[in-house]
Amino acid sequence: MSGATARTVTETGCHDLPVLYERGQHEVFCGLTSIVWLHRKIQDAFFLVVGSRTCAHLIQSAAGVMIFAEPRFATAIMEERDLAGLADMNDELDRVVGRLVERRPDIKLLFLVGSCPSEVIKLDLGRAAERLSRAFAPSVRVLHYSGSGIETTFTQGEDGCLAALVATMSSAAAEAAPSLLVVGALADVVEDQFRRLFDALGIERVGFLPPRRADQLAGIGPKTRYLLAQPFLADTAKALERRGARPIEAPFPLGAEGTTAWLEAAAAAFGVPAERVDSVTEAGRERAARAVERHRPALGGKRIFFFPDSQLEIPLARFLVRELGMEAVEVGTPYLHRAQLERELALLPPGTALSEGQDVERQLDRCQAAKPDIVVCGLGLANPLEAAGMTTKWSIELLFTPIQGYDQAGDLAELFARPLDRRTRLEV
Amino acid sequence: MQLTVWTYEGPPHVGAMRVATGMQGLHYVLHAPQGDTYADLLFTMIERRDHRPPVTYTTFQARDLGKDTAELFKDATRAAFERFQPEAMIVGASCTAELIQDDPGGLARALQLPIPVVPLELPSYQKKENWGAAETFYQLVRAFAGPLAPPPGSPARAPNPEPSVNLLGPTALGFRHRDDVREIEGLLRELGVRVNVTAPMGARPRDLQRLPEADANVVLYPEIADVAARWLERTFKQQTIRTVPIGVGATQDFVREVAALFGLDPAPVLATARSRLPWYSRSVDSTYLTGKRVFVFGDATHAIAAARVAAKELGFTVVGLGTYGREFARDVRAAAAALGLEALISDDYLEVEQAIAAAHPDLVLGTQMERHIAKRLGVPCAVISAPVHVQDFPARYAPHMGFEGANVLFDTFVHPLMMGLEEHLLQMFREDFEFHHEAAPSHLGPAAKAAAAPPDPAPEVAVVDTVVWTAEAERELKKIPFFVRHRARNNTERFAKERGVGRITVETLYDAKSHFGR
Repeated sequence: MSGATARTVTETGCHDLPVLYERGQHEVFCGLTSIVWLHRKIQDAFFLVVGSRTCAHLIQSAAGVMIFAEPRFATAIMEERDLAGLADMNDELDRVVGRLVERRPDIKLLFLVGSCPSEVIKLDLGRAAERLSRAFAPSVRVLHYSGSGIETTFTQGEDGCLAALVATMSSAAAEAAPSLLVVGALADVVEDQFRRLFDALGIERVGFLPPRRADQLAGIGPKTRYLLAQPFLADTAKALERRGARPIEAPFPLGAEGTTAWLEAAAAAFGVPAERVDSVTEAGRERAARAVERHRPALGGKRIFFFPDSQLEIPLARFLVRELGMEAVEVGTPYLHRAQLERELALLPPGTALSEGQDVERQLDRCQAAKPDIVVCGLGLANPLEAAGMTTKWSIELLFTPIQGYDQAGDLAELFARPLDRRTRLEV
Repeated sequence: MQLTVWTYEGPPHVGAMRVATGMQGLHYVLHAPQGDTYADLLFTMIERRDHRPPVTYTTFQARDLGKDTAELFKDATRAAFERFQPEAMIVGASCTAELIQDDPGGLARALQLPIPVVPLELPSYQKKENWGAAETFYQLVRAFAGPLAPPPGSPARAPNPEPSVNLLGPTALGFRHRDDVREIEGLLRELGVRVNVTAPMGARPRDLQRLPEADANVVLYPEIADVAARWLERTFKQQTIRTVPIGVGATQDFVREVAALFGLDPAPVLATARSRLPWYSRSVDSTYLTGKRVFVFGDATHAIAAARVAAKELGFTVVGLGTYGREFARDVRAAAAALGLEALISDDYLEVEQAIAAAHPDLVLGTQMERHIAKRLGVPCAVISAPVHVQDFPARYAPHMGFEGANVLFDTFVHPLMMGLEEHLLQMFREDFEFHHEAAPSHLGPAAKAAAAPPDPAPEVAVVDTVVWTAEAERELKKIPFFVRHRARNNTERFAKERGVGRITVETLYDAKSHFGR
């Protein structure tokens, strides 16, 4: 086995957790994939990938069963004549966008999404977005970000999209009352639950990014405190801070413990007394504990192995280890954003093996050797691992399912319990 | 630049993956950015394969572009060779790697691996999946069988004592390839014809060296095997069997073509009533199928075959025929002309949708894309061609080729339609309390009520381009069963507009019915 493609370094990270850095074949989606949920979340936005046939094929394959009759995404496929300079790429793009806007007058916000080929040929989508914004103002606003595989994996596409949105948020007046901005796409049902909880805590001005409609984008300023609901939003966080917003440090709202700590952090930032937090969250905490407890017999003591995928791996491992008594054999993540994950890492048991990046062949070797009870992995690996006798949970479902908050904690545990349950039922 | 909502074919390297994954002992090293590994899930999820495709991706990132992506490719190739120990390799680039021009073929050659390495040039910005599969298969066949080519002017090859053929074209992720191959192998066996090599599916690279030993090549899927078969024909003077045995008539033609080639008697195989399709089609309860309007779209091979079956074996009227595959557009145009139609050659999903809507079919025979179009238009649909979805890999044996394939086609084409008597009853008792326009289908039970009732696809009814429905006509329209109501509405509006009638009355409704009625 040649070691040249697999640069492997083990070092001790913060909180004394060993981190294995690897560089080899990455079996991960690119950032374009996040369009699959983003285009459902922002209901008047359209995502136009400027890329190749591969990009179009990727999104439709990743969307899989989620095919909609006419989705709010499409690909402007670059062709030979564009690359050979026979056609001016910018004229072509203008023509394609013109056709699109004409077909879909319901579109208020258009994202031009960069891809690997558009990045490699250095097509300037920023300038294109400005030009097209002027052309279609005021009915359509055009933004851009990159979802290319050479720069982003999977959920980083959402990071790019939200960072682009931050730039368009209106500036809140300096004398405006303090406001809370919850950042990261959540299922509508989860968003509504959180909204009710913040309301009960007495935090009045709460915005969500991304909003459900483009015109519901909150204002931003020095009195804005932002609270990340997803762990993969490093660029968005930077963009928010550039606009003057300040972070609220917290673990992520997965499981009862994570949700409570997340709400407590917000409450503390807004001066809500601890007793009020206790009384507001009591019912939720109890419901979550009950729901999670049901899955403890199935999951307690079981060993879990995470392949890198969504960057949710570390908060998920924390939930499964601390609330369900599982043992994390290896927690792989495509990127380890320490700033965003500091509170999470502190909650993991000492010695938890983390890995960042990937050499999929070596990781499969480690996985086979470790013989975990359940493996969290992408769609390309799941069936082959099942055929090799392993129990798997495909990770993309963790993005397409409401899992955050008290009332989803049981559902989240169940996602891991179900594959194990299935194994015990089947006699074939 | 082409605006694409859904795409019928993947990029050409996915075609190469289909060949590599179908074969044994072959490994594909693909120079590709991070993210292109999505293609693995086509095979592991859609086809439910229990192994990863034999593909190593270099998954380069932006930070590698400034350094040495060529070195990355060489490292990945060497590591893949050492880990997987393949008999042979194919190497190439995906769309992004094509732009950085690292020359995977040259880099792999420089490694001097002790196995054959076949370089692939698959222009991603011009070509698509089927072309990529055909080119990959052709390059592999040339690489392995090429050295065995007889020198020019050699005498014609002597026929084998036992007639033998190669079955060419089946790949991984192919539409019913797995079952078609079993069906056709069985048919050939009965005829007394031996299958020498089936490729790419199931073949090892070294098996390709045995291709020249067969007397003839059966081109099961021209989209994938035609180029290779033509080369084999030229190089080894092998015969080519081109009839694609989909449907009863085509299967009989296929049997006759093979039998004639080898001087065998086709009668015993043809005599037995092999397929239930002819009798099922002639049995009286199929009368209601007569003249049903069918729109057919798919890859060229399956579309042409389905149109023939629909018209000649089920008595439908084909009202549209088309393909997304430009390579075989000429064949589809000819088939369409024979049916008095102009073929639709397009890979633009929106254009196909428009054509289907305009043709007002009773049934769509298409791909997974057309299934969605049909769902939107409220028209029944059966899938007859790639692009595939997980449902196109059924657990049961379900070929589309051969006599059993014809049985499958009968069921596939007929089951989406309302059964004959059911249709009549709905026509007669349209105001029946269970059949009325807001009732859910009765088989869903009372719990399903309103919620399950299919919404009328065109709610914005009052004014349509200056055509107005009177309240009375609107009420009458609602007495028409929901599954044909949308078409009745459209037909009536079209009828009214064409005649400059601005106000649709009950009379207009029935005038239109008599105009469009058969």
